[in-house]
Amino acid sequence: MAQTPHIAVIGGGSTGIGIARDLAMRGLDVTLVEQGNLTHGTTGRMHGLLHSGGRYAVADQASATECIEENRVLRDIASHCVEMTGGLFVKRPEDSEEYFQEKLEGCKECGIPAEVISGEEARAMEPHLAKDVEKAITVPDGAIDPFRLVVANAASAEEHGARIETHSKVTDLIIEDGEVVGLEVEHASGSGKRVHGTEGGTEEIRADYVVNATGAWAGRIGDMANVDIAVRPSKGVMTIMNIRQVDTVINRCKPKGDADIVVPHETTAILGTTDEEVEDPEDYPEEGWEVDKMIDTLKELVPMLDEARTIRSFWGVRPLYEPPDVGSDDPTDITRDYFLLDHDERDDLQGMTSIVGGKFTTYRMMGEEISDHVCAKFGIDAECRTADEPLPGSEDFSVLRDYMDEFGLRSPIGRRSVERLGSRADDVLKTSDPNPTICNCEGVTRAEVQDAIEQSGSDLNAVRIRTRASMGNCQGGFCCSRLASELHGEYSEDIAREAWDELLQERWKGQRHALWGEQLSQAALNYALHSTTQNRDNDPADGGPVDFAAFDSGVGAGEASGTADVAADGGTRNGD
Amino acid sequence: MAINSEVLVIGGGLAGLTSALKAAREGADVRLVSYKQSSLRHASGLVDLLGYTPDGEGPITDPYAAMGDLPEEHPYRRVGVETVRESMSLFDEVTDYRGDHTDTNALVPTHGGTVKPTARYPTGAAAGLASDDRDVLLVGLESLVDFDAPHAAAHLEAAGVPFDVRGETIRFPGDLQADAKITRYAKLLDTNGDVAVRGRKKGARDALAERVNTVRDTEERIGFPAILGDAHTDAVRAALEEKIGADVFEVPMGPPSLPGLRLEDALFEALDEAGASFETGNPVVDFDADGERIETVYIEKNGAKIPNSADQYVLATGGLVGKGIESDRESVTEPVFDCHIEHGEDRYEWFDGDAFGDHPFASFGVETDETLRPLTADSAVQFENLRAAGSVLGGYDFAAEKSGSGVSIATGYVAGENAAAEAR
Repeated sequence: MAQTPHIAVIGGGSTGIGIARDLAMRGLDVTLVEQGNLTHGTTGRMHGLLHSGGRYAVADQASATECIEENRVLRDIASHCVEMTGGLFVKRPEDSEEYFQEKLEGCKECGIPAEVISGEEARAMEPHLAKDVEKAITVPDGAIDPFRLVVANAASAEEHGARIETHSKVTDLIIEDGEVVGLEVEHASGSGKRVHGTEGGTEEIRADYVVNATGAWAGRIGDMANVDIAVRPSKGVMTIMNIRQVDTVINRCKPKGDADIVVPHETTAILGTTDEEVEDPEDYPEEGWEVDKMIDTLKELVPMLDEARTIRSFWGVRPLYEPPDVGSDDPTDITRDYFLLDHDERDDLQGMTSIVGGKFTTYRMMGEEISDHVCAKFGIDAECRTADEPLPGSEDFSVLRDYMDEFGLRSPIGRRSVERLGSRADDVLKTSDPNPTICNCEGVTRAEVQDAIEQSGSDLNAVRIRTRASMGNCQGGFCCSRLASELHGEYSEDIAREAWDELLQERWKGQRHALWGEQLSQAALNYALHSTTQNRDNDPADGGPVDFAAFDSGVGAGEASGTADVAADGGTRNGD
Repeated sequence: MAINSEVLVIGGGLAGLTSALKAAREGADVRLVSYKQSSLRHASGLVDLLGYTPDGEGPITDPYAAMGDLPEEHPYRRVGVETVRESMSLFDEVTDYRGDHTDTNALVPTHGGTVKPTARYPTGAAAGLASDDRDVLLVGLESLVDFDAPHAAAHLEAAGVPFDVRGETIRFPGDLQADAKITRYAKLLDTNGDVAVRGRKKGARDALAERVNTVRDTEERIGFPAILGDAHTDAVRAALEEKIGADVFEVPMGPPSLPGLRLEDALFEALDEAGASFETGNPVVDFDADGERIETVYIEKNGAKIPNSADQYVLATGGLVGKGIESDRESVTEPVFDCHIEHGEDRYEWFDGDAFGDHPFASFGVETDETLRPLTADSAVQFENLRAAGSVLGGYDFAAEKSGSGVSIATGYVAGENAAAEAR
C-alpha cells in the first residue's frame, strides 16, 4: 500500500464533492469522477432550500437536529452561497391546530429557534400571503445555491491536490481477489477541461479505496460488483417563477403533502414539490399535471401564483434509502437520514463503501463521517477541518464594497456579481478590459463568464452553473450566442458552435413545462431570433454545401430602383 | 362621439403599416392604432419572402417559384403569387431597400456568422452579400456582445462562403460605458459627435475609420454591426467608405435592431404622406358588434375608453411574439375580437421536444377566407367587416420558412385593398 492512500470517489454531487474535499484536506490522494457536469444528478435538481430542520421537527427529529447544526456551519463556511431569508410554517384555517403545536414543540426539542407570529404579522413580512393564513412559526430556513456550493467545494478539493473529472462515466469496477481496486472510466468526447484523459477514450483508475457517492445511481455501481444497493429513487417536480413572489421560505404547516413549499432563490422563486417513487433515476415521466398541481396547491398560500409567469420546471430524484427490514410503502415515510454501507462488512467485498440517502443540507456532515470511516481503514488519524475552513469565495466576505463605481458596473449588476463571487470578486472583476453584461436577465458580466470558462472549459452548461447566465426570464434566448462567442478564441469555432447548441437545447428542455402565457411568447421570440434572424435552424455550417453562385450577388441592385445610390450623401429619406 | 374613419387598422407592425398604406393609397380615409412597440425592433430589418419550404428544403433561390407548392392553408396561397409580387412593388416604392432587380434570393451574413436567404435587404447591408466573392473584414466592438467579429468570421468560413473573411475587434473611440446602448453608438455617428482620442477631440466617424484602418489589410469590404447611425445612416456609411477606401456594410443584429426601426420609420413616413392618421401607445380593450358587423372598438387612454368607429377593420396585432395571440394553461386566444385559434387541447401538444423542432405554436393564428376575413371554428365568416393580416394569421411557420416579412406585406396589402374597396 502506498504511503498516501489513493481514494476514488464516484459522483460529483454535493455528497461526493464534500467527501473529496474532506479527504483531500486530510492529506489523502483523491480522484473524483462524475458522469456529467458537477451537480448533474440530484444536487442540481433541488429547490435550493437550506433547511432549518423545521420540516423534519415532528417526524424525523434526528434529521432535524443535524439540519440546524449544518445550517449554522454552512452560513459560516459558505456565506457567498447562502441567503438567510428566514422561513415560515404557515397555517391555513383547514390545517390542524394540533399539528401546529407539535411543530412548534418539535422545533424547540431539536434546538431550532422558532416563534409564533399572527397572520397579520406574517402578512406584514410577506404581503402576498393569503388573507386567511391564521398564523405562522418563524424558523431560520434559508436559500442556498447548490451549484456555487459544489463548485466551491471542488475548487477547494483541487487546491488540496484532488483531481476532479467531469463528463467521465464509470463503466466498470475493477475487482481482483474479491476486492475493488479501481474503476474503468469512459471520458466523454469534447474539449478543454471536459477531457483530461484521451478524448473520447477510456481510462483505468486504480485506487486503494472506492467511495460510491452516486445517490440515486448507487445501485448501478453496486450491480458492477454484484452487490445489492436498494436505493428507492423518488421524483419531485420543481417549478421556477420568473420573480420572487416571496422573500421568505414559505412552508405549509401540514404533516406531509405535495406542493407545500415556496423558496425564494436569487431572482426567482421555486415551487416544490412532489414525492413519487420511480423505477429508473434517469428515465421517468415528467408530466404537465404535476406542474399544475404545484401552482394550484401553492396558490392557496400565495394567491398571486395563479397568474404568475413560470420560466421552467424540472424534476429531481431523491436517493432515498431504508434498511431492508423497514419496508415503507410510501416514499414520504422513508427517512431522510443517510446510511453508510461498508461492502466488506455487508457483502464481503473489500475496498468500497457506498453512501446513500441523506439531504443536501447535511452533505458536509456525511462527508465527514465517510471520511472518518475511510481514514480508519488506513489507520489515519487526521482531523476533519471542513466545518471550520471557509470555502473559496467565502473567506472574508464581510465587505460588500461599492463595486459599481470601482469597476464601472451599473447597479444592480455590480452587487449581484459581488454576491455571487464573494471574496473572489477582486480577482475576477479587476480587469483593464471592458466588462459588458453578457446575460442581462441575471446580470452576469464578461469577466465572470471568462472566469468560469477558465475553471470549466468549453462546456457552457458548466459556465451556466457557475454564473447563472441563461437562467433568467429569456432562458438563454439572448445570451446563448454571446456565451458561445466568449468561448471563441480559446476554442475553435466548431467547439463553440457545439457548446452553443447544447446549451440552447438544455434550456429548451426545462422551458417545455412552462409554455403558456408570457413564457410561450418568450419561447416564440427566442425561436424567431434564432431561426429568423440568425438562421440557426438551417445553419449552412451544419448542413450540406450551399451553391452561393446561384444567389443574388448584388450586381444590378440599386440601378433601376430610382433611389439614390450608396455613395450619394445620405439617400433621399435620411439626408444629412 | 366616436372617432370615425373608413378603415381602422389595429397594429403598427409591417402588416398593419402596409395595410394602412395600401388602403390610404386606394383613397380610403384610414386610421391606424397600435399599442406596444412593434416587433420590428426585434427583427433583423431584412425582408424575407420564402427561404425554405415547409419541409425544410432550401435555401430556396426563387421564392415566387416555390410558393405554388406551399400547402393550401398557407397565407401566400390565400392571396396568390401575383398579389405577392404587387405588394412587393408597393414596398419597393416606399423604401430604399435592394433586391428588387431580381426574383432570386440573396444570402446575407447574420451577426452569429450564418447566412440567411432573404428577398430584400437594406441599402446598408448590400455590400455584405455572401454571393459576392470579394474578401471581407468584419469589425466588432469590444463592448458589443451581440457581434463577435472573429467568431462570426470563423463561422462564415465554416458555412463555406466563397471569399476570405477575417474578424477584428476594436474599441469604439471615446469613453463609452461598457454597457452603452446601441442607440448611443448610432447617435454619436449620426451627429459625427466629438469623441476623445488620446486627449484630442475628433469626430466619431473619423475616429472610427482611423481605428479600422489600423487593422484593415486589403479587404475591399468592411462589415460592422448594425449601429451605423439611425437618422443619417447613409451619410455615416458614405463617410466611412470614403475614409477607409472600401465598401462598408452593416451586419443585421438582434434586438434592439436599428435596421428594423429604420424600416418602421420609413413606413410611417410613407403612411403620413399617403394621408392616413395614426395613434400609438394605447391598447384596444373592447368592441361593440351588431350581429355580423363590428361597429366600434374602444381604445384605453389614461383610464378612459375612447370609441373608434369605422366601416372596415383590419386586425394586424401580431402573433405570439407581438401578443396578438395569447395563451394560458388551458387555451390559446386572440384577445381583441376573440377570433378562433385552432390549437391542441393539451398544452403539451403545442410544441416539439427539440428546440428547432416542428413547433405547432409557430403556426398558431386565425384562419381566413380568400379576402382574409377570420373564420369561426365552423368555418363561417366571423365578422363581415374584419380582415386579418400578418403574424396573427395561422397556417405557416415564418421562422422556419423565413417568410415573416413577405407574408406581412402581402396579406397587409390584400387586407388594406379589400377594406378600402368595401368602404367606398
